[in-house]
Amino acid sequence: MATAVGAVIGMDSNLALQLIIQGLLLGGIYGLIAMGLSLIFGVMGVINFAHGQMMVIAMYVSYWIFVLLGVDPYLSLVIVAAVIFVLGYLIQSAVVNRILDYPEAMQVLPLVSMGLILENLALLLWGPDHRSPQTALSLEALWIGPVMIDVSRLIAFVLAIFITVLIFIFLKKTNIGKCIRAASDNRTGAILVGINVNRIYNASFALGAATTAAAGVLLLPIMPISPYMGHDFTLIAFVVVILGGMGNLIGALVGGLILGVAESASTLFLPATLKHVVSFSILIIIMLFRPQGIFGGKS
Amino acid sequence: MKRVYLLLVGVFAILMALPLFLDNYALGIFVMIFFWAYVGQSWNVLTGYTGHISLGHALYIGIGAYASTYLAQTFGLSPWFGMLIGAIIAVIIALFLGFLGFRFGIRGVYFVIMTIAFAEITRLIVSHVEALGSFSGIFLDFNPSFWNFQFRGNIPYYYISFGFMLASLIAVRIIEVSKLGRFIIAIREDEEAAQALGVNTFKYNMIAIAISAFMTSLAGAFYANYIFYLHPNSLFGIALSIELILRPIVGGLGTLFGPIIGSFILTPLSEISRAYFAKGGLEGLHLILYGILAILVVLFMPKGIIVYVKRILKPILNPKREKP
Repeated sequence: MATAVGAVIGMDSNLALQLIIQGLLLGGIYGLIAMGLSLIFGVMGVINFAHGQMMVIAMYVSYWIFVLLGVDPYLSLVIVAAVIFVLGYLIQSAVVNRILDYPEAMQVLPLVSMGLILENLALLLWGPDHRSPQTALSLEALWIGPVMIDVSRLIAFVLAIFITVLIFIFLKKTNIGKCIRAASDNRTGAILVGINVNRIYNASFALGAATTAAAGVLLLPIMPISPYMGHDFTLIAFVVVILGGMGNLIGALVGGLILGVAESASTLFLPATLKHVVSFSILIIIMLFRPQGIFGGKS
Repeated sequence: MKRVYLLLVGVFAILMALPLFLDNYALGIFVMIFFWAYVGQSWNVLTGYTGHISLGHALYIGIGAYASTYLAQTFGLSPWFGMLIGAIIAVIIALFLGFLGFRFGIRGVYFVIMTIAFAEITRLIVSHVEALGSFSGIFLDFNPSFWNFQFRGNIPYYYISFGFMLASLIAVRIIEVSKLGRFIIAIREDEEAAQALGVNTFKYNMIAIAISAFMTSLAGAFYANYIFYLHPNSLFGIALSIELILRPIVGGLGTLFGPIIGSFILTPLSEISRAYFAKGGLEGLHLILYGILAILVVLFMPKGIIVYVKRILKPILNPKREKP
């Protein structure tokens, strides 16, 4: 359909196809970011307003490892994810566990403040300038027929899907994964069968953080980092999660792909800097008419 | 009760006389204290009293600032009138947002996200409107006169911002004791119960968001003519929305004096530490401290600092009760 639209407005249909593929590849990363948010919401019912900022910290850590040690982001991914896992674990145990019983208004502020702290920590440590590391593959491109595909985007997409599958297997098969699902289904029930729910919450938040960290590392070769980009990604994650349904992990992935394509295709009509207007409008429309998300049942 | 008024009159007299003793820099800090107290109070009307959290109040500041400046630069209209037009625009947008939110049952975190989305959409659109300076923003010319809402030195700004804060205090007090105030507090405590008792919750939510947007956007016009530079990222951005909610929450959410107490504590801290840390090349450190402080307040004194202020003032204000 989008190719037809492209033709109608006199655009090259190859360009439209190219944008859609680029958007789809980026959408995989959006899905991964949103999955972390959705996991945290699904288990604890808390919205992590510091999500994008955690991702930015992960990007800087990866950047640091790349610049100081020369290790490619794809190789340092596991280390960075582990670092942010610890960060998430600490945030959950120090702050979030204490506010779970608060009214929603008071839950928002500590996490917003956490975002403020992380954002300014990045500013303090790495300065306000944009940085774009030239990794080995960041400028490579593949041609499939008339369509050009960035290798870094392709790798990011494949790895994002791979990590998503890993998280699914983790949640379905492992003991901790089962405990996480139990705690999210029924907190009291989980406590009754002897699960240390607070520790499970810590692990869930940490896992959500590590997921977004992985997404950040995959994003590193694709776009320049700046301390202030966290908000944008927090909001993108909100859009994706609401699109797919809060707490729905498959929804997050599909929502990410849809949003990636929608944003990318919108650049056919709008300046690229306005593409977020499209996503925020999608967000408002979905909240109005399908608050349970496009894959949710009746709310 | 009379001692409370005596105390307030005393504080009022001191603040009225203060410009006689302070230099321009110190007055500037007080201008910011009054400004943030006023903005916090305006936000408090919606979030503190109805319980619907807005994290997009920068939207209204931006509208007030841009509308008054645009009208002044294009039509030569005084910002005194321009800010009223800006406030009306802000109210229309707030009512639209409120209509979507309250009519479609968007509550809690979804409402928060919607307020952010509205502010972000406006920020991005304003960034692309040539007449509003697009990405580079608008510089205001400095033509000091009362008509232009621009002044030399901080003394006029001091009294104007002080007047704003007092007016907001009185307005919120009037709301608090009126039927409207009782209804919106009932909404905050339990919206469904209030509705069951016959409160038209939709109507009162709409009134609250309209008042809040009106008040907030007036602050935008003041800000524009105090800072002289408008940029979409700083005026519509989420950083401003976060900044303006910190003081009322630290001071005491949903209380009359909470935003003022919060501002008197946080603003000097922020202004002084910002200057101090920026000199040492530690930009952003003051915001880290800020964030930590806000988290600590929410964790350990969720009702705000006002509780402790009240406790300290109690023996002074009600000496008889203290005697056994």
